Amino acid sequence: MKTAEKTAAPDPASRLDAARIRKDFPILTREIYGKPLAYLDNTATTQKPIQVLRALDHYYRTSNANVHRGIYLMAEEATAAYEAARATVARFVNARSPKEIVFTRGTTESVNLVSNSWGRKNVGRGDVIVTTEMEHHSNLVPWQMLAEEKGAKLRYIPVDRSGRLDLSGLDALLEGPIKILAVTQLSNALGTINPVEELIRRAHAVGAVVLVDAAQSVPHLGVDVRALDADFLAFSGHKMLAPTGIGALYAKREHLEAMPPFFGGGEMIREVKLTGSTWNDIPFKFEAGTMNIADAIAFGVAIEYLEGLGMDLVRRHDAELTSLAMEGLGTIPGVTIYGPPASERGGIVSFTLDGVHAHDVASVLDREGIAVRAGHHCTMPLHAKFGIAATTRASFYVYNVPEEIDRLVAGVRKAKQVFHG
Amino acid sequence: MSLDDFYRQDILDHSQNPRNFGTLEHPDLSAEDSNPLCGDKIRIDIMVKDGAIEDVRFTGVGCSISRAAASMLTEEIKGKTLEEVKRIGRDEVLEMLGIELGPVRLKCALLALKTLKVGVYGLQSWQAEEEE
Repeated sequence: MKTAEKTAAPDPASRLDAARIRKDFPILTREIYGKPLAYLDNTATTQKPIQVLRALDHYYRTSNANVHRGIYLMAEEATAAYEAARATVARFVNARSPKEIVFTRGTTESVNLVSNSWGRKNVGRGDVIVTTEMEHHSNLVPWQMLAEEKGAKLRYIPVDRSGRLDLSGLDALLEGPIKILAVTQLSNALGTINPVEELIRRAHAVGAVVLVDAAQSVPHLGVDVRALDADFLAFSGHKMLAPTGIGALYAKREHLEAMPPFFGGGEMIREVKLTGSTWNDIPFKFEAGTMNIADAIAFGVAIEYLEGLGMDLVRRHDAELTSLAMEGLGTIPGVTIYGPPASERGGIVSFTLDGVHAHDVASVLDREGIAVRAGHHCTMPLHAKFGIAATTRASFYVYNVPEEIDRLVAGVRKAKQVFHG
Repeated sequence: MSLDDFYRQDILDHSQNPRNFGTLEHPDLSAEDSNPLCGDKIRIDIMVKDGAIEDVRFTGVGCSISRAAASMLTEEIKGKTLEEVKRIGRDEVLEMLGIELGPVRLKCALLALKTLKVGVYGLQSWQAEEEE
């Protein structure tokens, strides 16, 4: 599978210097069973640069205090750093204001916030929620729970054999009392980049709002929420160099203003009386209890790191490694790669090897120091559609280098040899 | 542990040529389970005679570790009484496999045992109901 990126002479000034980037990631010097680590499970979570690790350490050593409360210098420093991180997140996705960014634990919590708060208020009996067959369980199960509770109906945009959304029946799917469309921008299992702009336009045309699962697209493509005109956009820090346990929900201000709180507790209130309470301004209305302050601050640092690299180059780097991997794996008889061509996907390659279970492929690769994912990648309906129980998935990020792709291909050949002799 | 130790010859043999593979037409007990992490599935059918396992079959999809464990386990339990089967635990299964496993692959190794236990305890409660 030749691509333009591979054959055209690349301008050295416009590529990521992955060899230099690797020096920022202490974990990449680790050996696994005596072999250098090749970390190719970036869709699951990414590694953390020293800048992010230092930010965590610095915060706890110098400024640890609760935010928005204490009237003392450290509390003010912590609050300033936490709110600066929110502004950084807002800038990165081009939100109109930091008020449109709610910190959460990650994509799953962001989707659940919308399904519980916006969903319970706006979705009723007989209403329709539209999603797709390729969603991660985190953008599927919350809607199933809401539909069951409210007596609403779920409709699914189908996936075709090439791993793309089949939009030929979209007009019919969008007929009736459509309340919300929930769709992933970049499939975590297939790597497919979906035409989210078009889907949002068509959903808006029938009066529905749209939630975009951007868990993979914000880290790998870069996202402009205003250009997309997304109502809600959910993403996680840990898939883009930040710590686990921190993520964000972008929502249009008018939605956040109208939505009831999700969790009740401290910080989210304006006034509490024994007869009832009133809510704080957005986004604080949705941030009950002490938030994950240190990790939010580190999230901001991770974004600054990515901004320093440039998301255009991040995307190009992903694309080059993806082309190499698809080309290399494609030369092995018995390997089937799922999803669209390299030019239409993010840095994700899921495949099967005839007669060898994905776990066994992953175990052989593990012994070679290569970390990949094996399983259904939290997309059981999608795997059922393709008639497979599990795939092996390799996924790439800014610190991966072509030699690691070569090792991946050699490792899959070895798996074939171990099991087929 | 090297790759050769991990994928020992008998594990490869049992996974590629599983013993007691298939289904029974009229099993006295049958149990199915799956591993939510990877979607692996297994079904075990058993014929019981005089409180002992007369025949056993298993089917399903799974990795080499889960298939080998199921294959070895079915060989092990044939002829044993249900009481004896109840005493088989995770240590016995790991001993049959002869390898060390991390927490994720451990679930692969123990899927057959878990399914077997569901089947055996299910039959016992069913028999108890009949006796009442």
